[in-house]
Amino acid sequence: MTSATPGAPAAGSSAPSTLDGGLLAAIRGWIGFYVTTMRLAVTAQIQYRVSNYFYMIGMIAEPVIYLVVWSTVARQQGGEVGGFTPGEFAAYYIVWTLVRNMNIALTPYAWEERVRGGELAGMLLRPVHPIHFDLGFLAGWKAVVIVLWLPLAAFLTLIFQPTLAIRPIDLVVFFVAIWGAYVLRSMFLWLLGLVTFWTTRVGPVFDIFFTAELLLSGRLVPLSLMPDWAQQVAGFLPFQWTFGFPIEALIGQLPPEQLLGGLTMQLLWIAISATIVAVAWRLAVKRFSAVGG
Amino acid sequence: MAGAGVNRADDERPDAAPRFDDRRDLLRPLRLFGLFFRVGALNELQYRANLAVQLFQSGIALGTGLIVLGLVFGQTSNLGGWSQSELLAVMGVHILMGGIINSAIQPNMERLMTDVRQGTLDFILTKPEDAQVMISVREFRIWQAVDIVVGGIVLAIAVSQLQAGIGVGAALIFALTLFLGAVMIYCFWLLVTTAAFWVIRMDELHELFEGLYQSGRWPVTIYPGWLRISLTFLVPIGFAVTVPAEALTSRLTVETLALAAAFAAVLFLVTRWFWRFGLRHYSGASA
Repeated sequence: MTSATPGAPAAGSSAPSTLDGGLLAAIRGWIGFYVTTMRLAVTAQIQYRVSNYFYMIGMIAEPVIYLVVWSTVARQQGGEVGGFTPGEFAAYYIVWTLVRNMNIALTPYAWEERVRGGELAGMLLRPVHPIHFDLGFLAGWKAVVIVLWLPLAAFLTLIFQPTLAIRPIDLVVFFVAIWGAYVLRSMFLWLLGLVTFWTTRVGPVFDIFFTAELLLSGRLVPLSLMPDWAQQVAGFLPFQWTFGFPIEALIGQLPPEQLLGGLTMQLLWIAISATIVAVAWRLAVKRFSAVGG
Repeated sequence: MAGAGVNRADDERPDAAPRFDDRRDLLRPLRLFGLFFRVGALNELQYRANLAVQLFQSGIALGTGLIVLGLVFGQTSNLGGWSQSELLAVMGVHILMGGIINSAIQPNMERLMTDVRQGTLDFILTKPEDAQVMISVREFRIWQAVDIVVGGIVLAIAVSQLQAGIGVGAALIFALTLFLGAVMIYCFWLLVTTAAFWVIRMDELHELFEGLYQSGRWPVTIYPGWLRISLTFLVPIGFAVTVPAEALTSRLTVETLALAAAFAAVLFLVTRWFWRFGLRHYSGASA
């Protein structure tokens, strides 16, 4: 990591070099930084396989419960509910597990420890905005997680028999969308974490956020099963672009304009949230005073 | 490892002596629990704002549960043979049992895990009480017990909606199944936590159990066979939540009740044996 960090900030101050050279160096610096951070994450996380598996089984219980409930309802209603057959529910919730693994971002609860434990003071000394380290580290962790996820996905596929019809374009859009979902959710959770700078009672704030996300993202049920007004509310919020959209991009046979529209919405929300993060981070750091140093 | 032999002798003394006492005084564990409960309550009463936070969180969880129930019953009139008010009863038991777990069982087990990792379990083993009793009653989070009340209210509403209503007999059987369920969940937690003597780090265990426990929100009978059996015998959520709910909705058979009682007894004995076996592997902080 030490070898990579100087590259990135150097770009901003390298006024004498040509524009091309500076830009290239900057890009190379950033890629180096991210690759190194991701490698670090892989090396660190591969050690905790049991812990990671505990976490993942606990996590996979959630969609399996939804899947069982909704396929039971579908079967009772003559094989279909809200346009989903049991096989389509299976496809939805199995893809859910991958999307969930991909959109896991730094928990906002981590900030309490960072502020109280003084870890933040060290983070501030680095020449790169700390969000890059979090983005890179968790992105690397995903490599480990996905390897661990594969056997579970195979098992779920065998048991629940999903109906899958995937076109090449779905696959391409899905690949982009899961990374979009990851970046977007990271931004929002980071923003949520920054609340810690203003109050120590963060639990209720986080609860409201996660409950709204659960209901309005497609995490609990595909959004088409929600009442119309809830779907309209969801349209004004960023949540569905981090959960429901990637899933439906892969399995929902969406027309190309909806696929592109979804990616555009992700990009738009990332731009909005990144701007707020930049501003909020500055305000937050002003409020922070390290003790002891 | 040289010190292990010495330690073993130390371990057995506090463990053996109170067992003798226990036989004379079966209420002793209860009195110990009462004592720790008082200390814990006094401690937490200092932080009264936490009650508001807990009420808020319980409210959000309850609201979410009701929304999910509403979504399901917006599409169907019964789920696997259970009506909406019957599923509300399941939800009530689920919240109530969750309150018991989070206030009385899990905090003790997490403290045990920390004690094993840091070697501070020594302080328990030197006390003249049964070690298993001590590690099981040390913690009680009174604010988490809000869920016991919330679950009770949800249950009362659900029962008042049931056409049949329930008599005194059914209520007693319900209380019995609830007790057996709590014993089984306690045994499950202690069995797994005892593994900490060998594994040491089990940070995600909490996450794992939390995830699995959510399955109890629905009757285990709706799950496919392999999952239903796992959720009954491997992680006894079926016994802890579905069976008490069956008692309330006139579904409980004598066979199921007998099975619950027998399984609870066997599990308790196995847990007791495994705990003592694990304790022999504990080498302490100073070894």
